[in-house]
Amino acid sequence: MSGKVIVIGGGVAGMQAAATLLGMGHRPVILEKNTRIGGKLNDWHRLFPSLTPATEVLEQLKSRLDGVEVLTGTEVQAVGSGEVTTTDGRRLEADAVIIASGFEVFPAELKEEYGYTLYDNVYTTVDIERMFNEGRVCLANGAAPRSIAFLHCVGSRDEKVSQRHCSRVCCITGVKQAMEMKGLFPDAEVYNFYMDIRMFGPGYEEMYREAQEKYNIHFIRGRISEAGETQDRRVQIKAEDTLIGRPLKMTVDMLVLIVGMQAARSNVPFAGCEGIRLRPSGFLEPADSFCSNVCSGTPGVFYAGTATAPKNVGESINEGTAAAVKAAGYIESGKGDAGR
Amino acid sequence: MPVDRSINWGYSISRPRAIDMDANDHDAASQLLRSLPELQACIACGCCVATCTAGNLTPFNFRKVHTLVRRGEYKGAYDELNKCMLCGKCRLCCPRGINTRGVVMAIKRILGEY
Repeated sequence: MSGKVIVIGGGVAGMQAAATLLGMGHRPVILEKNTRIGGKLNDWHRLFPSLTPATEVLEQLKSRLDGVEVLTGTEVQAVGSGEVTTTDGRRLEADAVIIASGFEVFPAELKEEYGYTLYDNVYTTVDIERMFNEGRVCLANGAAPRSIAFLHCVGSRDEKVSQRHCSRVCCITGVKQAMEMKGLFPDAEVYNFYMDIRMFGPGYEEMYREAQEKYNIHFIRGRISEAGETQDRRVQIKAEDTLIGRPLKMTVDMLVLIVGMQAARSNVPFAGCEGIRLRPSGFLEPADSFCSNVCSGTPGVFYAGTATAPKNVGESINEGTAAAVKAAGYIESGKGDAGR
Repeated sequence: MPVDRSINWGYSISRPRAIDMDANDHDAASQLLRSLPELQACIACGCCVATCTAGNLTPFNFRKVHTLVRRGEYKGAYDELNKCMLCGKCRLCCPRGINTRGVVMAIKRILGEY
């Protein structure tokens, strides 16, 4: 039995879900709010820990979407069992729905004390990826940085900005970019200010160690309390070196804020729909965290990727497969319990 | 009217406690890390200090001393490291495989009686 499945979101999870469904003989339709599919991967340069170009993964996923209907510029307002309503009032029917609407990058300007958008040489990890993609990494005045500080946990584990959760992937992102910067500017001193280093994935701990031992990147345990701009547009930072127990101050050419993942605002209208619940963090809460972590509380509505929690690219792609298989099972069983 | 400076009013100036990375001289620290790059891999677990014979008898803290040295804070490091008896237990337990005794010797050699 072949069915039509609406996949909300054309990022990695959504693309993988659609490709899997297509391979199983179903008719996936991707609804993408932006003008093109690819999601956040469009903005990334190289992926940790293998430093694989993001475009390589993107092309691989896209190449399997031949024959998949993609509706770009389409945003979803409400989701129900077997139907989706768009923000422009269209009602689309389907046999199953997969929500793969992703996350949003934490807006670093909310942490005013770090001066993002106020000072010339304060950047986010997203800016650095963009600079890598553009092939031009430099300070605001065009010069090469001689000292760079990375700050971990910006918009993560911080209730002052209502983000109590750990975004998981930022630790390794910070280490990856620190190494890339050191590769570009071998004479620069690179410092990573961290709270904990959480290297959860295969190859991550090895990368961290390489950063320390081979790249001579300095890791200082302590959260930067504030940044200020000097007259020559450098960035003065203050932290505690908590392993020594003394305050520390220094001036760097460039401060990079390692921004976390926050729940997408698009989750909010979903939460008003039957069987869809939000976690306190704002991410969608699956039916349970083990056997049904790609299932919602409504039969025929499934989740994939970072709509439910911060995840890396590989995990999101895996969930695309899992949600597709669950959706196919739901359709093939005549919309019975098999989809749960 | 002349000021009588002999009166002690009980006030003094507190020196700033902050580690001033801009003012510190990092040459010795860089030399240390070049000779033993593995020291940079320290994850500050404290295992070396927990097992330290000297640390159990005196306030000697190897982890703190080498961390201070890596930040360019050399004062007192040589004297502190004189407390180490080079028993090597720290090297046996270090999860990152750091040659801790080598670190003690290297710091003393590079810094001298700083």
